[in-house]
Parts: sequence; structure tokens; C-alpha cells
Amino acid sequence: MPGIRDRVAVVGMGCTRFGEHWHKSAEDLMVEAAYEAYRDAGIGPGDIQAAWLGFNYAFGTARGTMLSHALKLDYIPVTRVENACCTATDAFRNACYAVAAGIYDLVLVLGVEKLKDAGVSGLPVSYAPIWGSRVEPPAPAPVQFAMAATRYFHHYGLSYEEGKRTLAKIAVKNHRNGSLNPKAHFQKEITVEQVIKAPIVASPLGLFDCCGVSDGAAAAVITTPERAKMMRDDYILVKGLGLSCGSKQAVLQDDYDMVHFEETVAAAGTAYQEAGIKNPREEIDLAVVHDCFTITELLIYEDLGFSPRGRAKEDIDSGFFELDGGLPVNTDGGLKCFGHPVGASGLRMIYEVYKQLQGKAGARQVKKANIGLTHNLGGWPGHFTCAVAIFGRRE
Amino acid sequence: MLILAGITSYGAYIPLFRLGEGTAGWSGGLERAVAGFDEDSITMAAAAAVDCLRGADRKEVDGLYFATTTAPYLEKQGAAVIAEAADLRSDIFTVDFANSLRSGTAALKAALDAVRAGSAGNVLVAAADLRIPQPRSEFEPLFGDGAAAVMVGSENVIAEIEWTYSLTHEIHDLWRPAGEVFVRSSEDRFATDEGYSEVIPRAVAGLMERSGLKQDDFACLVLYGQDARKHRQMAARLGFGAGTRVQDPLFNKVGNTGAASVLMTLAAALEESRPGDRILLAGYGDGADAFALRVTGEIEKIGVRRGVRGHLKSKKIIGDYLTYAKWRGLIDIAPPVRRPPLDPPSPAALHRERDQNIRLYGVKCNKCGCLQYPPQRVCTRCQARDDFTPVRFSDRRATLFTYSMDYLGPTPDPPLVVCFIDFEGGGRMACTMTDRDVAEVKVGMPLEMSFRRLHTVAGIHNYYWKCIPSRD
Repeated sequence: MPGIRDRVAVVGMGCTRFGEHWHKSAEDLMVEAAYEAYRDAGIGPGDIQAAWLGFNYAFGTARGTMLSHALKLDYIPVTRVENACCTATDAFRNACYAVAAGIYDLVLVLGVEKLKDAGVSGLPVSYAPIWGSRVEPPAPAPVQFAMAATRYFHHYGLSYEEGKRTLAKIAVKNHRNGSLNPKAHFQKEITVEQVIKAPIVASPLGLFDCCGVSDGAAAAVITTPERAKMMRDDYILVKGLGLSCGSKQAVLQDDYDMVHFEETVAAAGTAYQEAGIKNPREEIDLAVVHDCFTITELLIYEDLGFSPRGRAKEDIDSGFFELDGGLPVNTDGGLKCFGHPVGASGLRMIYEVYKQLQGKAGARQVKKANIGLTHNLGGWPGHFTCAVAIFGRRE
Repeated sequence: MLILAGITSYGAYIPLFRLGEGTAGWSGGLERAVAGFDEDSITMAAAAAVDCLRGADRKEVDGLYFATTTAPYLEKQGAAVIAEAADLRSDIFTVDFANSLRSGTAALKAALDAVRAGSAGNVLVAAADLRIPQPRSEFEPLFGDGAAAVMVGSENVIAEIEWTYSLTHEIHDLWRPAGEVFVRSSEDRFATDEGYSEVIPRAVAGLMERSGLKQDDFACLVLYGQDARKHRQMAARLGFGAGTRVQDPLFNKVGNTGAASVLMTLAAALEESRPGDRILLAGYGDGADAFALRVTGEIEKIGVRRGVRGHLKSKKIIGDYLTYAKWRGLIDIAPPVRRPPLDPPSPAALHRERDQNIRLYGVKCNKCGCLQYPPQRVCTRCQARDDFTPVRFSDRRATLFTYSMDYLGPTPDPPLVVCFIDFEGGGRMACTMTDRDVAEVKVGMPLEMSFRRLHTVAGIHNYYWKCIPSRD
């Protein structure tokens, strides 16, 4: 199979500030993200041939027309994608495939989420499938990921205190990066002690181990490399795309170790193969990954092959993933600080990689930025949808 | 000639928690067993039934009689849920005995009659009560929560029921009208003089007359009592000598467990009995039922069970009265965080999943041997389709693989402990842990399964299994 490498280019992107947008509707956010992307790509709405909308918490109310209406994309095809925290990346992936297939040569992908109108803390999730028997443990995301943290500490012999301290450093790093980002939801630095002493949400995870719940939107304009050359010099090429779905192995199979997430390994494997990456620790210059919780980012280091199994702590302690480290991760603050409007997050990650690869990331610009990676993880351990995307500068 | 019939097995269930010395804001003195927030008469009866079924062939049970005054449903049978949780056959006779403290012994009498009449080989009687005393009422120091079960059959009888005598007696001594939570009572001297003190002696005398037995023939007296003093006075008044052991009704350890009380006392008596012992059992409530039982040599062959003695070995004192009041719904507390209300379960889904949810059936793949819960259509390991054997996980032990304590979770007993557990012999389950001490929860701890009420939404009590720290 030929794969996606160098067959699709990103020529424009937009991203709103993420946060609690009490004064903005989903429509406002979509318009802001789309028009920044149009401006960046030097196009107008009339140039778009097809569009994909990522929007997760719709509860049956959203269709592609939600985007058509907001942007007045008259009578062109719009497909809505919903795939948990991978929603935006999967919308992007499908758009890429349509361009690579030669059906279109200029399309829009937009992800949006308006969570803060829900009137609840955390995500407005139902605990079980609609109309189910509702006997499954009422375990929202913090609990599910916390169970991996408990097992990781046990498996690798970390005391509770050591484990907490290790995870805290991830939150501190992401807050430091977020403080350099004017579009991030949270822009304050925090200390390790603050993280450790914060109230427990789901043991061992405390408040600062958990990412923000935010409103926001992000958008990308995609085209063929041929057309991209005519549009701008600093377009970005898609090098690899991987998507993997678990089938509840972690609960159904009693030997699933819960100290890694196989979906990440599988999705990264596909993306690495397409991109021709053999040694991710050396070849990838920066990564923007799904740090919904600090433990998730730790496991991602190992599952993406950035750190050897069981040894992420050493890389965390040495600052390997800091902005000036060997492999900067979540340079924009990550979900932790940039915020997590679920249906927009994947495109926000791509936005950061796009800006870094163009050398336009301002105060948080990393020194070497030729190959960047984004990673999303949606769902529960053993039942994840994982998306990995790899991008490169034009040769 | 009547068929020789009697008790072939017994079991009990006493909740882990106690109100007692050490419970701030509680002045009841003696310890009182208190059901967890997720227990009710159905779950406790199911636990006692399963205890009674240890070593038994569950397919040999032909009936399940559930006795309680605190049925979770007024229209919908408790026995049907218990029979399902105990994994009994479906072609059996199930019935609820309700509305009287005597319903436990009434169910026993009916089971005996069914076996003697030949309409059933083995009938399991499970009695449980969770009577909520009005705070600071005379009943608060008395009532306890718990369950007991006996199997009635004609083979391998451990205690033959030789004689019975019943009488009915209309009186308002204790009552609870439909729609009310708390027990009402009439003036104590009237209630005792014209109720308990009037009826029990007549029932015992009636049994003696019918059987030709005398007080001296009994090694043990199992007597219902409303409280320790009345129980003691009645035992003295009935004329039994020093050779008759008056079985401790557990008022100082468990409390008065209502419809289950006298059967729990009987289970405790059987734990101490020897072949040849004769036991007099007398239950009270709107009349009385008296039984003469004779313990057989089979009692020495009965297998290990937790029973009363085993359950009393583990307990936890509730830290404060407020916690108890929350668990019983006596005060309405705000949830920990703003969350949308729980959606009700789908009755169709509950019905469809009753084997996996209530019987706790998983499956074993016939191709690769992988045990999995809940049941799958396609094997998680080898992808074989529809080639499984059902496996009951409810009586398997387990260990804690991993967990988290959710401090914002929807539970009256935060934090909510959510777990992955691994069953002895294979298989894994995601479930919640209850009856736990937060300080004791750790990876690898031994666990067992316990049938609980998860929540009640739209009037549906959603029953399911949770894990608990092993009570052994």
C-alpha cells in the first residue's frame, strides 16, 4: 500500500483561543477558526470544494449542516465525524484521503466543541450507552486513566509519592509551555508541590493531573502538494496517518498489563511506517500528544517509543521532553493548559505542529522542527480510539 | 405417615457495618448490624441463600421462598431476583412471604409442607430485613439488618422437623402502614401483655401437647424476642431447665433482624448442635409458629459455610451517625459535583442481560479456553464465533488488579472505588468495590463478589455484583 506520505499538504490553519467562552457560541468559534485558516491559506469560502466537521458532544443534534450554516458553505458536501477525542484528527484523516484519492484538491476540516454551555463540571457524558442496563461502573475519564496510574506505580515499583512527583513534573512542564501561549486556556506556571497537594479527583490523580474542559475550534485547509506549491512556500506535508481501535481487551483479557495502551502502539506503528520513521526518539523533533491526564502523557512516551518501557521517569527527570529538551512534547501547553474542547483538540495539535514546522511558534519555538507528530487517544483503556499523525516540512 | 423432612442446610448474612461504641453521635450502647448503602432485603437474602447453597447442587432446588417486611418492591417479586442471583433453575416455585415479623417462620412452615406433600424436593427459605428505625426512637438501639436462609428437604436432613404448631393473633402491637417508612407501636405494656407474652406461651404449650414432648426433651431453645429483656423473661417463663440452652438471639451483636431474626438464631443454634439435640423454634408476629426439630448425624457432614459465626468475625464500626443517616436516606445530601441526573436503565436491556448481570455469567471459549466477562459473541482472543460455555463468576474469589478512588463519583459513600479484578481460575471484570476501608485498598488484595443494589432510578432497583474485600 502506498500510504499517505507526501500526497497531501496543509496550506492554511486557524485556531481560536481555547477556554470558557461564555460570550461565544459554537457558530462564533467556527467562524473565527475558519476565517483565520482562509486568511492563512489565501483563499475564500467559495474555493472550498468539500468539508469535514469534527464535533463530538452532539447527542444526536449535529450534522454536517452545522458547519454549512455557520460558514454559509452553499451546497457543497459536508461530513460530520464523531470519534471521541480523535474526532478532529479523524475528520482530518478522512479529508486527507479524499484529497489523496483525487476527488478534491481544496477542502476544509474544522473541529469545534462547546462544552461549557452544558452546565456541568467535567465532560457532559452519559455513563453508559443510551438505553443500556447501566450496570457498568460509573467511571468517567479521570477514573479510567487513574487505574492505569495505579497499575503503573505497582508494576514498576514506584511508591505513591514517587509516582505523584513524576506525574507532577509533566503538568508543570505543560503549564510552563502554556504560559508562553496566548491562545491557551490556562497561562499560569505551577509548581510540583502545588500539583502534589491539589485535591484528589480520582486517586492517584489530583486536580492538576487533569486537563482543562474548554470551548474552542480549529481548522485546516488541505490540498495536493502540486497545488500547495502554487499557494505558499512553507506548506506542511502529511507524512503518516494511523488510526487504531481497541476492542475492550483490557477488560476482557486478564493478562492485559494496563501499563501501556496497545492502540497507541498500533496507530503509531502505521504512521511510522508510512512516514518511514525507524527511531522515533531520534527522528521526531516535537510531539503534541493527548495529555488528558498526566499519566496518559507518561504512557504515551513509552507507547510512541520515545522512552524505553518503564523508563519514562528517567526522561521526565532529565527534562528530555521540555521545550529545550531532546524531544519537546506539548510545546503549546497540551490538553492540560491549552484546554480540551474534544472535537477540536486534534486540529489544535496539528495547528501547533504546523506553526512550529513553519518556525512561527514565537516564544515557544523549538530549535529543530522538521518532523512533528500529533497523537489523540479517545475512550477507555482497552477500548481506545487512537490517532497518530506525522507532518514534515517540504523537502 | 409423613415424609421425613427438615432442614438440610443453613446460611446467614450479617452486613459488615455496625453502629456501636466508636460511632460518633450514636448512643445506642450495644452494637447493631447496619446494611451498607447499597444493600437491601433482596441483596442480603441473596447472600444468605448463597451461603446456604455452599456445597449444594443448585439445580436440585425446586423453590425459593423469600420472607421480609421490607420488600424493595411492593409489586414485583423479590424471590425471583434472589433465585436469579443464586443461579437457581427457572422452573421452580418462587414466592414472597411478607407483612409480618413471622414471615420467616411462615415461609419455613410452607416449605416444610411443600416437601412433605411431595410437591418439591428442596425449598430454599431466605429471610431478610432492613427495618429503618425512626432516629432516636425506642427501636433505634434494637433493630439490626441481616438475613438467614435454610434449605428444607427430605434427603441428608441435618435437623428433622418433627412437629409444628401455629396460631394466629390479631393485634396492633407493631405496624407500619403502606407508604410509611418507620414502624409504629402501641403502648409497650399492652403490646407485650396482649401480644408476645400472650401468644408465645400458648404456641409452645400447643406444640408440647401435640407432640407429647416436654421441656426437658429440648437441648436448645430458639426463641424470637423483641429485645433482650423480653426475650430473657420469656425464656425463663416457658419452664425450660438448666439442661436447655437458650440460644443467644444476637441482640448485643447484630440487633433484631425482623423477619430474619429467629432463623438467624436457628442457624447459630445449628452451628453449635450435636446429633440427637432437640431444638424448639418459636417465631412471633401476628401469631406464632412453633417447631420441634431433632438434629441428626448428618450435621457432622455439612460443609464449611460462613454462617453466623463466620460473619461475626469481620465487622467495621461506622465512624459517625451522619454517615449512617446518609446511607439510609434519612438526610438528603448534595452530590459532590454538578452532574446531570442518572438516566434510568432500559428494562429491555436489564431483561436481556439478566444472566450476565444477576447470575454473573461470563463465558469460556470452547476453542481457546479464554474466560471472559461479560459474555461475548466473538472470542476476544481467538475470534471464534458463538462457541462458548457459560461460567458463573459470582462465587469465585478474585484479586485486585488495579483501582482508582473517585472522590467526585456518584455514591453516598465516597470515594467510589472503581476496579479491575482478576478471578481465580481466569477472567477479569470491571466493577466497583464496596464495604471497603479506603486505607486497606491495595493492588493484589483478595476479594469476593457481593450482590448489591447499584442505584435506583425511575423506581427501578438496579441489582448487580460488586467486589468486596474478602471477609475470611
